[in-house]
Amino acid sequence: MPAKLILSMDGLVLKEITLGKERTTIGRKPHNDIQIDNLAVSGEHAVIVTILNDSFLEDLGSTNGTLVNGQPIKKHFLQSNDVIELGKYKLKYINDQAGKTATPQDFEKTMILRPGAAPKPAAAPASAPSASQAVPTMPTSQPPPALATSQPMRPAAPAAPVTQPPSPPPPSASQPMVTSQGVPTMSASQPMSASQPVAAGGKVAAIQILSGANAGKEMELTKALTTLGKPGVQVAVITKRPQGYFITHVEGANFPILNGKLLDAQAHPLGDHDIIELAGVKMEFFYKT
Amino acid sequence: MNLSQALEIASCTDPGIVRSHNEDSIAADASKGLVVLADGMGGYNAGEVASGMATTVITTELQHLLDDTPPYKIEPATGKPYADRLLREQIAKANTSIFQAAQSQPQYSGMGTTLVAAMFYDNKVTLAHIGDSRAYRLRGEAFEQLTRDHSLLQEQIDSGMITPEQAKFSQNKNLVTRALGIDPTVEPELQVYPTQTGDVYLLCSDGLNDMVSDEDIGMTLQTLSANLRLAAQQLVQMANDNGGRDNVSVILVRVVRDYAAPRGWVARFFSWLR
Repeated sequence: MPAKLILSMDGLVLKEITLGKERTTIGRKPHNDIQIDNLAVSGEHAVIVTILNDSFLEDLGSTNGTLVNGQPIKKHFLQSNDVIELGKYKLKYINDQAGKTATPQDFEKTMILRPGAAPKPAAAPASAPSASQAVPTMPTSQPPPALATSQPMRPAAPAAPVTQPPSPPPPSASQPMVTSQGVPTMSASQPMSASQPVAAGGKVAAIQILSGANAGKEMELTKALTTLGKPGVQVAVITKRPQGYFITHVEGANFPILNGKLLDAQAHPLGDHDIIELAGVKMEFFYKT
Repeated sequence: MNLSQALEIASCTDPGIVRSHNEDSIAADASKGLVVLADGMGGYNAGEVASGMATTVITTELQHLLDDTPPYKIEPATGKPYADRLLREQIAKANTSIFQAAQSQPQYSGMGTTLVAAMFYDNKVTLAHIGDSRAYRLRGEAFEQLTRDHSLLQEQIDSGMITPEQAKFSQNKNLVTRALGIDPTVEPELQVYPTQTGDVYLLCSDGLNDMVSDEDIGMTLQTLSANLRLAAQQLVQMANDNGGRDNVSVILVRVVRDYAAPRGWVARFFSWLR
């Protein structure tokens, strides 16, 4: 069943229009497919381009504009139950097919939209299943390996590359434990946005310093990234992830020691009461109750 | 001129959590100062084919051409550095290859790819992009987007139809208005920026910036700038931790030191010795 529009004003349904044509024009003048005789509607107000099960709405530079779900639009990919507004008139877009032929995932795929031209059927998401009989058997179906493509990293210069030390913590950062020189400092990175996942089921962990000048000090790991150590000498980062906390070596010739075991370059999960040793300073990781 | 001493490059690409295919493709050559990232689209493996063709054609062709002509040389006809023409020509070539493959092979019909490429030379970078793959720069504390998406959403923002704030909730995030391989010709957008020692350039597919806010990307680069490879992995991990709905690719390039083009015969002589 093709998609349809339900035209209404002040809650009264005026008519139902099936989107059978590739181009359905909307406007005040009589030659439009959907004529709305109202002065707030421009002569040629908008057009809906329909390809297979997908419809695109485009405002044709109308005087009073076109709204979809209350937002002004120039071009819009219509989804079922979208409400198009032209002045006091409302057009509800109903498309039962969209949900059946395309999964929500398909709508997130990048698609090309060519201005002035109808999108090719092949570019529309709903057309994907229809091409299923064509099984790619081409020898070129695998992309040729690009040069150095899989190489994750090209190391920089030999002995001492000029590296920028991580920037100092912003003044607002919580409790910077900067004390006498030679003692590793801790700096909390800037707060992450609210969208950041909560780690380990909402449990917050902390680090307590066990040795050195800062012994006894404690720091909560509330940020997504917390760096430990001394820039230029040895730095590790603790990342807060949905699965829990992880420690990773960042810079320096020496790697951190976790529970007496030297770590490698990989990220390691942190367990309750793990002992971390970094630049000669011992600290304990634990979950706050 | 070999730039591998002046540039440090790290990259990472991942299919993400939801998709089974990785339609992104990346390529890097530190010695030539060249990085290319493409995000393919099209049914089945057509997206991978398109992005793979784009990175391969552009990288291999440029590797040859850069041996013959230095990119910093000014073209008398246009007054622009040769890099400009090199990039435009090779992007056009990649476009033709993808377009022809899409026309002649039914299973590749409609395939295309976005592109972002950077060429470093003479303390400058030329950025070329098509579609919604992006380039950002971290300079000191300032993290900013250098490219502007060729997307419906960006057009809506530019025309004042919606605010950047509303754009975050838009459903039209994935509609690009320009792509490689869709039409017989394509116009890439080129920009030239002077670089500084310590700059970090990020090239990424929309799988990163759709899942992770610009603020968080900048903060991660700043915190982990001492370890570029870890920074690249961390960015991909953050996109996946936030849902990983699309393929994620990042290329990071740090300017480790000055790489001015040799000028005058003395400098040229020393550069030849290097």
